[in-house]
Amino acid sequence: MKALLMRYWPYWSGPVRDAGFAGLMALILFGPVVGVVLKGYDFELHPSRVALLVGIVILGRLLLSLALQTARGKVWLQRFELGRDQGVQVVPAHQKSLWRWVLPLIILAALILPFYANKYLLTVVILGLIYVLLGLGLNIVVGLAGLLDLGYVAFYAIGAYGLALGYEHLGLGFWTMLPLAAVLAAVAGAILGFPVLRMHGDYLAIVTLGFGEIIRLVLNNWLSFTGGPNGLSAPSPTLLGLEFGRRAKDGGTPFHEFFGLTYDPNYKFIFIYLVLLLVVLLVLYVKQRLVRMPIGRAWEALREDEIACRSMGLNHVLVKLSAFMLGASTAGLAGVFFATYQGFVNPTSFTFFESALILAIVVLGGMGSTLGVVIAAFVLTVAPELLRSFADYRVLLFGVLMVLMMIWRPRGLIRVSRRGVVPPVAQGAA
Amino acid sequence: MSVPMLEFRQVDLFYGAIQALHQVSLQVQVGETVSLIGANGAGKSSLLMSIFSQPQVTSGQILYQGRDITGLQAHQVATLGIAQVPEGRRIFPDMSVEENLLMGSLVIGDTYVDEDRQRMFELFPRLRERRNQRAMTLSGGEQQMLAIARALMSRPCLLLLDEPSLGLAPLVVKQIFHTLRELAADGMTLFLVEQNASHALRLSHRGYVMVNGRISLMGTGEELLTNPQVRMAYLGGH
Repeated sequence: MKALLMRYWPYWSGPVRDAGFAGLMALILFGPVVGVVLKGYDFELHPSRVALLVGIVILGRLLLSLALQTARGKVWLQRFELGRDQGVQVVPAHQKSLWRWVLPLIILAALILPFYANKYLLTVVILGLIYVLLGLGLNIVVGLAGLLDLGYVAFYAIGAYGLALGYEHLGLGFWTMLPLAAVLAAVAGAILGFPVLRMHGDYLAIVTLGFGEIIRLVLNNWLSFTGGPNGLSAPSPTLLGLEFGRRAKDGGTPFHEFFGLTYDPNYKFIFIYLVLLLVVLLVLYVKQRLVRMPIGRAWEALREDEIACRSMGLNHVLVKLSAFMLGASTAGLAGVFFATYQGFVNPTSFTFFESALILAIVVLGGMGSTLGVVIAAFVLTVAPELLRSFADYRVLLFGVLMVLMMIWRPRGLIRVSRRGVVPPVAQGAA
Repeated sequence: MSVPMLEFRQVDLFYGAIQALHQVSLQVQVGETVSLIGANGAGKSSLLMSIFSQPQVTSGQILYQGRDITGLQAHQVATLGIAQVPEGRRIFPDMSVEENLLMGSLVIGDTYVDEDRQRMFELFPRLRERRNQRAMTLSGGEQQMLAIARALMSRPCLLLLDEPSLGLAPLVVKQIFHTLRELAADGMTLFLVEQNASHALRLSHRGYVMVNGRISLMGTGEELLTNPQVRMAYLGGH
């Protein structure tokens, strides 16, 4: 046995070393977290639990290393390495996309969904769609224009508070505030955009981070105007003036009475869902067009090389501001939906963690990729709902997911592909 | 004499306390090819970039077709018909070759896009082959070609080139200069900043030599090529 082990030692040495190192790391990581349990003012040691976890890690790492030495393992590893950071693909111009068939089906399914879903599922999907909107907006700023914005949640807050405050102080409803909030957020985006025009990278990130915190702190402390930590109530949407409550305010007719239906609190959510779905589709469409237009190309040029961009005759001020404003207005829209869906807003919904979550959606989905962002938004908002029992470990899972992504798919879930251009017909040849 | 295409009048340029350009005056006539040669750090690139106000000149005037463009923003200068091939090429790496070309035509709009694109592909057949490839995946020489083609897409009156031979194989350098010669023969006004003095001077009608931020010599390309000082300093003394 010993002779056998020694003979094949060259094959064993690597994996054993890997396994030992993994075990050490596991011990450092799990030792204090799992091994020491607080009990009142005292604590208990649980060495067996640590040993079990470390053992699993060591064994797993050993088996993985050994498996990777086999012929099949090597092929697999190679494919893995090759798949890394291949960057952007260029799709041939004439290639017909499968999307032409899939997209209508998805839209149809999305339209039918609310009539068969229960309230819980519906609210989860609404939340997912709100984050799709946020992800799409931030994707313009971070993914396309390359401006790292860590205070994006501020625009989301402006949209949400826009609805609540507009209702409270001016008596404006959902439909008035929806476009107005987008405009308000865009103006805020411009206000933030101007001072940060000369900044890049880290500095920009810090300033935007500060902006996000300023908005949150103002909302939290301006008691007379925003209600402070107590928050404000936000109105529900109406359909042509018909309300979705059991009883309409001011003597109007509620929705269910007008159509002779029995009252169902779900109607409100179905309606929010459908409107939200339309807005998301609209934003998707607009974004898809913008990317193909000169402005989209200008954003990307700005991300890739600002100096070259300027020497191409692009006004970098306009390019940056347009990215900031469009991104912000999308967040404003999302904010209105969030407020009306919750029926209530307060500052705790707009912390830095939200900004980080939205940024994670963009990074996870793949910078600049629309489809990737849509998928990532659902993964990061719906998954925590499904994993309710793991709620305590949510942030941990989040971190692990991010680290793994950065190692294996640094360009995100969906790689951005560019459409090739149809070669122009030569004048003489035609 | 007619109005020069580009003129520097006693331009001073400071980086903080350090003076990079001293009373520089030079002219580029319409249809002329002019090169500015000099050693590393002489101030050649600063001079070229000062046309785009990056950095802005401290005193003096820069005129383009008789119009004072001193202190104009980079993007405004670019819309006047001045295109530049920046040092180190600065193509957009994640965009395809075709998209890089489209970026060049942004200033003048879509009117001539198809026609010009076709022209560029005739000028640089290699780019046609690599039309749908990402610019990052091109070789250095191809990237330089792309940078030149991108600049030409804006139909400039004046083409500025900053070290087009930088980091390229001798054969590729030859090819690039051959293309530049063709462009010049078609009537394009070229202003070239180069360390590769022999190639640059052979191409140029006139040349300026810059030493420590001052124009120390000027003359026709041939004069400078045979000038003993220039031969010693920049052409290896042969």
